Amino acid sequence: MSSDNEDTTSSSESEGADSVKENATLEFIENLSDVPMGRLPSNIEFQRTRVDCKADAPIHTDTFQYSGAYSSMRVENSFLDNFCDNFRVEVIRLTEDEMEFDMIGIDPALANAFRRILISEVPTMAIEKVLIANNTSVIQDEVLAHRLGLIPIKADPRLFEYAENNTASEKNTIVFKLHVCCERSGQRLSVKSKELIWLPNGSEFPLESQDSKTGSSSKPKTYTSFTCSQDSLPEFSSNPIAPALGDILIARLGPGQEIELEAHAVKGIGKTHSKWSPVTPVWYKMLPEIVLLEDIEDQQAEKLVAICPVKVFDIEDIGKAGKKRATVARPRACTLCRECIREGKGWENAISLQRKKDHFIFTIESSGVFPPEVLVTEAVKILEEKCDRVISDLS
Amino acid sequence: MEHGSLSDPSQSTFSLIDEDHTYANAIRFTLNQDPRTKFCGYSIPHPSDNRVNIRVQTTGAAAKEVFKDASQDLMVVCQHVRSTFDKAVVDFRMSKSVNGMDIDSNN
Repeated sequence: MSSDNEDTTSSSESEGADSVKENATLEFIENLSDVPMGRLPSNIEFQRTRVDCKADAPIHTDTFQYSGAYSSMRVENSFLDNFCDNFRVEVIRLTEDEMEFDMIGIDPALANAFRRILISEVPTMAIEKVLIANNTSVIQDEVLAHRLGLIPIKADPRLFEYAENNTASEKNTIVFKLHVCCERSGQRLSVKSKELIWLPNGSEFPLESQDSKTGSSSKPKTYTSFTCSQDSLPEFSSNPIAPALGDILIARLGPGQEIELEAHAVKGIGKTHSKWSPVTPVWYKMLPEIVLLEDIEDQQAEKLVAICPVKVFDIEDIGKAGKKRATVARPRACTLCRECIREGKGWENAISLQRKKDHFIFTIESSGVFPPEVLVTEAVKILEEKCDRVISDLS
Repeated sequence: MEHGSLSDPSQSTFSLIDEDHTYANAIRFTLNQDPRTKFCGYSIPHPSDNRVNIRVQTTGAAAKEVFKDASQDLMVVCQHVRSTFDKAVVDFRMSKSVNGMDIDSNN
């Protein structure tokens, strides 16, 4: 590859010349000061590692994945070789249901895979079937069922199986009961998610067909067939299953209205329906870098500080004469609104807005089912399982 | 499932069921990092089919082996990401609990 390039360059430059001259040209090119071998020239390195955001559009947005992309300059564009040395994670903020962290030294293809898995492939439990015995409220049955489905359920999905064969058992189904009625003489009533009562013994509604045949001799068959009570299992006896948040509004009841139903939650993934998604949003952005190419002073500096809606810039005093100069104080806050370079060419030449291509600022908001740090670990595990499945399928 | 020719094992298309951009784009990246890969790309033939086709052409090695190695690479990367992430979370908690004592009075 490298010799190819040199040949074409030299032959085009020394057309019809003898081989001595050709060799001299080759030597000249190899000794050029701005084409260092084994290291990328700064402009190419800039294109490789940064997105340059101009007033009209960003440029150099693509990544160079091919390992031999720079082989003509004897530079190995390999990421995997020194990945273990370069990869870093820095946690910025971590609360019960929210997390911000930096993932440094990774390609967008992988960062995006983690993001996509977090949204659509980490399993959770969500209400899938609703058996409505009575609903005299103004909210229709199907709308009510849909609202119930969207309530996050605080239960570890790793302890459950997928309910594929339709027989509801204690291993794949969680049953909740909701029975509220508003007194005829009372005030209107808000039904909140905390009124969903977990039934560890399964459904309490008897199957109709079973009723007439067996009578009351044996335990009546219900819509689930639990072999044991879920709260006798050690995983659940200590932390009972309930909606992740207790104050989600389900319905409003007027005097005399009543809702009686049973909700069956099963395991699923966000790809099937977003009610199973364990995150509210999860997103990343590349690390913003703002470089002042020229000094911006006095009035111009004040204008710049005022124009930025997220207060990226600050003013510092220089010298004795009360001169002021703009500095970049909070580059992380930059949202790339480009307000600072919109005013004309002068500004665009003075300020360079860049994004670092291998530095991702992830933000995760959990729906309350899992703490966010567990979600990331689960997501990475899922990608590992995918690899494992492909390898075993092919061997 | 692999679609290739018997005479030339260096080029094949792998058709994966139940996969999408998540896996295909990630594996395309690790395949590109392998110097044995001459060409690789993926396509989803129809958006309502849950399958993805990954094309691999190599400089001579068996495409299947290169593809398997790329999957292995991806798995190693994932394991490293996971251990680094877990360590970062533990470190963050440690530093928080140390700093927490100092700033508690401010809250």
